[in-house]
Amino acid sequence: MVRPANKRPGQSRKAQYGLFAAYVIAVTGAVAGLLLAVLSVVDPVGFATLRVASHEVAAPIARVTRSVTGSISGIDDAVSAYVGAGSQNRRLRKELAETRRKLVATSSLEEENRQLKALLQLQQTDKAALAHGYLLTSTSTSSRRLALLSIGRNVGVAAGQPVRGADGLIGRVLTAGPSVSQVLLLTDVDNVVPVRRARDGLPALANGRGNGDLDIRTLNIANNPFKPGDILVTSGTGGLYPPNIPVAIVVRRQDDGALARPLADPAKVDAVAVLRPYTPDNLEARAAPAAPPAGTP
Amino acid sequence: MNRAGPRLGEPASLWRMRIVPIASVMLASALPLMLPLVASSPVLPPMGLLFFLCWQLLRTEMWPVWIGLPLGLWDDLFSGAPIGTAIGLWTLASIAIHYFSQRIYWRGFFHDWGIAALLAAAVQAAAALIAHPHAPAGHLLGLVVPQIIVSALLVPLFLRLTGAFDNFRLKRR
Repeated sequence: MVRPANKRPGQSRKAQYGLFAAYVIAVTGAVAGLLLAVLSVVDPVGFATLRVASHEVAAPIARVTRSVTGSISGIDDAVSAYVGAGSQNRRLRKELAETRRKLVATSSLEEENRQLKALLQLQQTDKAALAHGYLLTSTSTSSRRLALLSIGRNVGVAAGQPVRGADGLIGRVLTAGPSVSQVLLLTDVDNVVPVRRARDGLPALANGRGNGDLDIRTLNIANNPFKPGDILVTSGTGGLYPPNIPVAIVVRRQDDGALARPLADPAKVDAVAVLRPYTPDNLEARAAPAAPPAGTP
Repeated sequence: MNRAGPRLGEPASLWRMRIVPIASVMLASALPLMLPLVASSPVLPPMGLLFFLCWQLLRTEMWPVWIGLPLGLWDDLFSGAPIGTAIGLWTLASIAIHYFSQRIYWRGFFHDWGIAALLAAAVQAAAALIAHPHAPAGHLLGLVVPQIIVSALLVPLFLRLTGAFDNFRLKRR
């Protein structure tokens, strides 16, 4: 490609000024754009509403392509399943035997638990979901893990509500548009979820790695108590996520915690449920009818 | 004069000449959000950015240097990056292309490939660093490395596609 000949505008003042103005606009615009980016990192919710319109445009097409092709993200899993079929079969058989033994133990515990609960007359927490939808698509070119949920404000979805699948936690609603909403997935680098180990309630923090895995860090740094296979559930600490939603399973230990894989894979999950955020007002609202009617005037 | 049919040697319509490049970039930017793919890492190459760079490498004088402002805003709306990232970075990339086209007298295919790969890598890395200011930089760069490699390998294909679109754009009636 030869160097463009008419780059130097020659003697024409108009052309000179035009070229100069183009560069001034470009440099000013670039600096303003980067400042805007920094601002929108600081205040993600305020600027994310700008994006709602584009998502409303993209969503209908995503609905069509989803119904036509189904989810194409399972291709890599299908290939690797063929490759690892033999060793996986052995491992699964071993796991099945172990799980059967555990199931027997658990069923007795469950019965005991039911009796104890009946004894205490504990109120079952409200597990009803606010709304159900499905994940349409996601931002697959940027380093942020945002997915589009097929429902929006039309069914009462609002920012900050937790989203879960049948297998476990998916993420939380970042912004809600009129008919679609944006979900910040569990694996986003900026998403921190307070969790506890299901076995003994050891508190920890789950932090997304951005590549589908989670970093688990304990709150006390004395030693590293995690073992592969540990199940982590939400602890409910700090509000937002209701307690006891399955989050992840520990894959291997690391220097400062563990590497875990989310239990719910957003690429394969069929339907997701939007839950009420676990906030103090919600707790009070839920506790109010349970409280005995005191002698109030 | 008979205006019904095309006349011999008449240039392509002005509309088509202007719309085709812009539409190809905008469509490529919006395409990833329209696919039913819930990705757990940045797997798709930044197609809008690749078309944007390839058009400028092919026809440096076609667009003013500030064209990255509107096209970057459009890409930001669909890419999920903080709004303003692509506005700034794409404009800086097009300034860099104008600079390269002045410095290198005869740009060949490998020059174009190198420039596009370098700029795509720089833009993706900078976008990741802007989007997550609190995360460790090494980990973020590791996250975008696969995408950068795929983008670099796809540059020749996108140069070809751009060339095909350019032929369509300038085809005489």
